[in-house]
Amino acid sequence: MSFLLACPFCGPRPVDEYAYFGEVTKRPSGSPTLRELTEYVYFRDNLAGVQREWWQHRAGCGEWFLADRDTRTNEVLEVMLPESRKTS
Amino acid sequence: MRLERRDGERIDRSRAVSFTFAGWRITGFEGDTIATAAFAAGKRVFSRSFKYHRPRGLLCCSGHCPNCQMTVDGVPNVRVCTEPIREGAVVEGQNVRWSLDFDFMSLTDKIGGPFTPVGFYYRTFIRPRAAWPLYEKFLRSAAGLGALDPHAGHTRRYDTEHRRARVLVVGGGAAGRAAALEAAQAGPGVVLVDEDPRNRDLALPGVEVLAPARALGIWEGGLVPVDADTVLYRFRAERIVVATGATEQPLVFPGNDLVGVMLPDGVRRLIGDYSIRPGERAVVLGSDDETLAIADELMDVGVEVEKVVDLRDVRPRELSAQGGKGRVRRLVLNGERYGCDLLVASGGRQPAYSLLAQAGARVEFDDSLGVFVPTELPDGVEAVGSVTGAGLPRIAPEPAYEGKGKCFVCVCEDVTTKDMKRAIGEGFDSIELAKRYTTTTMGPCQGKLCHLSSIRVYAEETRMFESAIGTTTARPPWAPVELGLLAGRELTPTRRGSIHWRHQEAGATIQWAGPWKRPYAYGEHPEDEVRAVHESLGVIDVSTLGKLLVEGREAVQLLERLYPSRFGDMKPGRIRYGVLTSDGGRIMDDGTIARLADDLFYVTTTSTGADAVTAWFQWWNAVWAYDAEIVNVTGALAAVNLAGPRAREALGRLVEDPDDVSAEDFKYLDAHELVVAGVPTLALRIGFVGELGYELHFPSPAGEHLWDALVGEGARPFGLEPQRVLRLEKGHVIVGQDTDSESNLYSAGMSWLPKLDKDDFVGKFALEHFVQREEKEQLVGFTMEEDVVPAEGAQIVVDGMPVGRVTSARHSEAVGQVIGLAWVPGERSEPGTRVEIQVDRLRRGARITDGAFFDPSGARMRS
Repeated sequence: MSFLLACPFCGPRPVDEYAYFGEVTKRPSGSPTLRELTEYVYFRDNLAGVQREWWQHRAGCGEWFLADRDTRTNEVLEVMLPESRKTS
Repeated sequence: MRLERRDGERIDRSRAVSFTFAGWRITGFEGDTIATAAFAAGKRVFSRSFKYHRPRGLLCCSGHCPNCQMTVDGVPNVRVCTEPIREGAVVEGQNVRWSLDFDFMSLTDKIGGPFTPVGFYYRTFIRPRAAWPLYEKFLRSAAGLGALDPHAGHTRRYDTEHRRARVLVVGGGAAGRAAALEAAQAGPGVVLVDEDPRNRDLALPGVEVLAPARALGIWEGGLVPVDADTVLYRFRAERIVVATGATEQPLVFPGNDLVGVMLPDGVRRLIGDYSIRPGERAVVLGSDDETLAIADELMDVGVEVEKVVDLRDVRPRELSAQGGKGRVRRLVLNGERYGCDLLVASGGRQPAYSLLAQAGARVEFDDSLGVFVPTELPDGVEAVGSVTGAGLPRIAPEPAYEGKGKCFVCVCEDVTTKDMKRAIGEGFDSIELAKRYTTTTMGPCQGKLCHLSSIRVYAEETRMFESAIGTTTARPPWAPVELGLLAGRELTPTRRGSIHWRHQEAGATIQWAGPWKRPYAYGEHPEDEVRAVHESLGVIDVSTLGKLLVEGREAVQLLERLYPSRFGDMKPGRIRYGVLTSDGGRIMDDGTIARLADDLFYVTTTSTGADAVTAWFQWWNAVWAYDAEIVNVTGALAAVNLAGPRAREALGRLVEDPDDVSAEDFKYLDAHELVVAGVPTLALRIGFVGELGYELHFPSPAGEHLWDALVGEGARPFGLEPQRVLRLEKGHVIVGQDTDSESNLYSAGMSWLPKLDKDDFVGKFALEHFVQREEKEQLVGFTMEEDVVPAEGAQIVVDGMPVGRVTSARHSEAVGQVIGLAWVPGERSEPGTRVEIQVDRLRRGARITDGAFFDPSGARMRS
């Protein structure tokens, strides 16, 4: 892995500056069953294709952001701040 | 044989350099390589081949082929044809029993032929199975290359440098130079990389030339690592221009590996650069004008040219080289013999497309040239010069010529045309399988000299077109690279607190604690430090604790959702213990949370957890978007824990008003801002070590000053080891030592901690399930019946079966016993249960306890 990833603040940087936090998952609400909980905690889609995932520019500005990445080619189609950060 | 001085030679005849070559003392000139000096001194055999131990001499003389790999000053597999000569170097042969000129193992060539076909070791050495280790040992020593000294340390210093370039040109031939100069017209940022040491002083206006240096590959994102001997440049270029040229290919005919069979470029180097007459009598074999022209160049330096064979005109029925003692003596062509000691033979040139293929280009067979050429280049990558196939002559008419003797397709791995045909006959009917079975192209040259030949031989045997067979994958690295260069300099980032040098001065034993260096103890007797804390006063440097400020209107909401605990009901100035759990309900980290104001919290984490906890907090807040900011102040603040019965009295003398620290005004789990010895300090009254104690957090630069003040008040420094004993006496858990990635708050005996009636917190869903079930394992305390200390990780044994493990154990003077923490099955967790613990070879009795060994009511730390 040596592709370039564009931090929303710092621009394109080598991917080794970032921490990867996996695909975006949906956290259950209310009182999930054990099965729902297990799926959320342990199961991942592991897509061969474009998936939305969490990244942090850990060795840079520290910002958490989302990226749409093609897991087959490492082409990053889009990076975006989470909804939470857009409003603030 | 050295010629008279010639124009353009690269040797300095006024400066002699001597070294040892396979035991012989050899003198060459500054500018020589090890191989050229040895060749000029009459040496012809440089190595023994991989499998048959056949003598091998100089072939390409340009660092591509395996023939001159030797061990130089202990470094194996050095291609001595490009290794500069140096005074006193010790150069030795590899893969040799006895000597380069007489190798005992060459018997495999004479008699082993029928018994050592390709893949023989997969079949011949199968039975008896038990003997395989013996066979393997023999085979490994019989075949192969140089040996690494497993005990060798770093010999050189390697560095890595990250570089950017507007245009990176790989290859310093005519096309590469022209491309670099043209790019330089448009502005700065042009770098040219070339592997030839002769280009060391190449000067091109506006271009930075790196030579000798090798581009090892093109990785994704346009990353090009460049091996410049002791520096690895990691280039990112906007545009990469590949001008790697075309590699001269050996002609495939019987006897083509004999010493004295050389490629034209190698011969040209010996003559032109080093003024060496390469032989006395020569035969030239080729199918292009450039190759055949070498006949004139040979005659110019006094070599008698016996025969020139143009393979475009002559279609030989039989063509082979024959010799004696591994050296070429004659060429046999259709029954005619031509005596020679030098046979210059070329099979044509194959574009060196590997880098382009790695970058994503397609590789196709060009029928008109008979070679593979790159097509469909990716964006940002260009190819110029003969790597594109432009200007190349057509390849030799036949993939291999018939005759008597071994006919090598691959000199690295000793694979002959017969081996290739046999593999195809055995059913390895795809080029990828045949490659892996025969190991053709998998040797040190990585296919540079055998890839094309092997595909052509394959095509002929299977009656397929080369274009239909395709090519095997070109993988980085393009050239051999020293592992030390990839590893880089042996650097270990070390963190030291601001009080570190005081510990050293005090004679502390320093140990690693994650990335930190910390005092283990201040002498031979950690138990004395424990006693000082119990009976009088001690101080420990805890600057390594993670420290976060969480501030904002919704800081309390954020923390209540991150921790299973409640914080909204805390008054400013109070402290609560907190444990972070994952959404899987597992324990991640622990620490204290002090409320400094309604909207400001001071959070501590474990020493190793600071960065991960900061990232964890920030990630959840990116999801939830509370109005709160998280700042990591770990490095900005130092911290010490002043603990012992005399702590209040000592601290009272260092603050302006001793009443500030009175038992009434500064209670257990209070957080107060104080000025201690003139230093603004946040004091937390907590009791990790079980005695009256104040954890003082203050600006790092004041570290030594405050430490000195506390020691001046009689506090005895104590290290990590006494702290472990003290906390174990209280049954206080160390996350990561006593817990692991499976532990949860219920199994770890902290069921009082989670507040499941809160709306939501990370881990709540899982803990709601856990609270209803019986935990399989429980973390409990134990005391040993005898005075022996089990190792961390020791087995808990019940009825002869291992059922659990010890996580911590120490002898405690205060308790008068060996105490510890351990994971045991739920049904064995009742206090008073007897279990056995494996200590060395013996099982020793132990009793389960609730874990609070010393001062269970906490009266001392609350006093």
